Amino acid sequence: MLKDQDRIFQNLYNDLGPDLTSSQKRGDWVNTKEITDKGRDWIINEIKDSQLRGRGGAGFPTGLKWSFAPKEVGSRPHYLVINGDESEPGTCKDRDILRFEPHKLIEGCLIASYAIQAHVCYIYIRGEYFVDGQKLQAAIDEAYEKKLLGKNAAGTGWDLDIYIHYGAGAYICGEETALLESIEGKKGQPRLKPPFPALIGLYGCPTIINNVETIAVVPTILRRGGKWFASLGREKNTGTKIFCISGNVNNPCNVEEEMNIPLKELIEEHAGGVIGGWDNLQAVIPGGSSMPLIPKDKCETLTMDFDSLMAEKSGLGTAGVVVINKDQDIIKCMARIARFYKHESCGQCTPCREGSGWMWRMLERMAKGEASKDEIDMLGDVTKQIEGHTICAFGEGSSWPVQGLLRHFKDEIKKRNKFDPIVKENKNIPYLVDQHLLDKNA
Amino acid sequence: MSLRRPAKNQPENFEFNPSSLEAAKNIVAKYPEGKQQSAVMALLYIAQKQNDNWIPLAAMKYIAKFLNMPYIKVYEVATFYSMYNLSPVGKYFVQVCTTTPCMIRGASKLVEACKEKISEDESVLSNDKSCSWMEVECLGACVNAPMMQINDDYYEDLDKEKTLKILDKILKGEKPTPGSYRGRINNEPENNRKTLMDLKNA
Repeated sequence: MLKDQDRIFQNLYNDLGPDLTSSQKRGDWVNTKEITDKGRDWIINEIKDSQLRGRGGAGFPTGLKWSFAPKEVGSRPHYLVINGDESEPGTCKDRDILRFEPHKLIEGCLIASYAIQAHVCYIYIRGEYFVDGQKLQAAIDEAYEKKLLGKNAAGTGWDLDIYIHYGAGAYICGEETALLESIEGKKGQPRLKPPFPALIGLYGCPTIINNVETIAVVPTILRRGGKWFASLGREKNTGTKIFCISGNVNNPCNVEEEMNIPLKELIEEHAGGVIGGWDNLQAVIPGGSSMPLIPKDKCETLTMDFDSLMAEKSGLGTAGVVVINKDQDIIKCMARIARFYKHESCGQCTPCREGSGWMWRMLERMAKGEASKDEIDMLGDVTKQIEGHTICAFGEGSSWPVQGLLRHFKDEIKKRNKFDPIVKENKNIPYLVDQHLLDKNA
Repeated sequence: MSLRRPAKNQPENFEFNPSSLEAAKNIVAKYPEGKQQSAVMALLYIAQKQNDNWIPLAAMKYIAKFLNMPYIKVYEVATFYSMYNLSPVGKYFVQVCTTTPCMIRGASKLVEACKEKISEDESVLSNDKSCSWMEVECLGACVNAPMMQINDDYYEDLDKEKTLKILDKILKGEKPTPGSYRGRINNEPENNRKTLMDLKNA
């Protein structure tokens, strides 16, 4: 188990209070000026050394992303955008940062803005988190009052303004270009890439977009050194991560742990074990709903980081672990996820808009046992038609969980779905097109 | 995609009241000059709040004029995002999360409770027109499942009985206390916390 002094989010459970004074006691805002005085290159290099990977799902190296921002500010200003649209089923980590560790996020915004030369930062929060957003706003107001934001923020000589922009219940706005569209006051439909937002982003200006958790860990990394962060976890999968363990466990919870922690330890130690015991485990969704599920036999030895989950044809995603035990109908669970994606498709690309509905309807029938055997392969075919044929990664996100189900629970589906479209008993139905097949068999 | 239709009975006019107007002006100031269209989402929220939790077409036209943008662009935004209510939902708007993490912890019981107390069908006003309920997709409080949202507040760690009690309260016009209904503190593992114990006991 990770040592308490290595935990970045000391106030994850709000034992100490989220206000500025207690945040300062925890080490926030202590020597911000010293950090920025070391210069942009030092900051970016230190983040590169820490091997921090984005915590929003894709796991893109943060230092590398920052280095894509133009070195000189031209005629167009630079922007920093923080993605707090957390809508992935199974994930609720950013909410705790917004309400309990807002100053880690705000200080991270200042340092990141300095590093990429942005004077304005927008924090995009999903509309449902209105109350938590108000708490962040209170922290921002507090920071302005103490001159930690605004002109010459925290004595660093850098001017920064932070604004909150609320979303309005669209999952797709968690996709970075859809998020930019949404801030611009349009429908949240993703843009084609390239051009990448680092060059042409918000209002056509260079924009760096990072997840809430990514930015919130930055100040601590710079204080304790990239080497410290890199010493946790394993190569290329370093540091700590907030895991959200939900579903059929005795004590669902959020917990900050080292990367590469065994899944079994996470569930047994922190979440109090699976309801009905470990043997009652059916499957685990390791990284939010869009990552393919993993059946029980593989859960024994699985470790939680980007690369080892990739090897299992799944992914760490947002580290939202959903535990499903044997009391649940796995096909129904996946059908519900498919319904989520059908509801949340933005409607821009045809394969996703239509395909997500197909997948949902087929899975609903399969859960009831009303599908024919051929349809199982057809469903796999549909997922392949969606994957890779859309502008954004929503296509993958919606088809991977279905592929995961087909990969690991095909027998279960086959067992339940024996429906045969050719009616064998009642012959001589006038409108039965396949009558000749029956006659041949008779 | 979800199907969303504006209400049949629409008011003729809509205008921001003075406090809404001030809030709207503050929001427009957050964005660069000439980019006032960015404020459309926030302004729709303000209109929704002012107009008892829903947005009439007149408000969209008003906002379009206010931000100097085409009406259809405002209409697009209002119909795209699911949190803008295009028809009356009552003073208390109950949203029950039924996505998989909540579903496997018994969200259907919450739906039953809503059906008993509020109305048989979702998005239909209760008898006294004070509230309505609907199933929604993930609200992002999965470790506190099953949960529901009433207006802005989250009610977490529920079961059917607790939900019935909460709904009784709102039907009486009272505001129940938000948060966990199993007495746990935020997102910590109940009775099983093993981390940051010094801080907990401090």
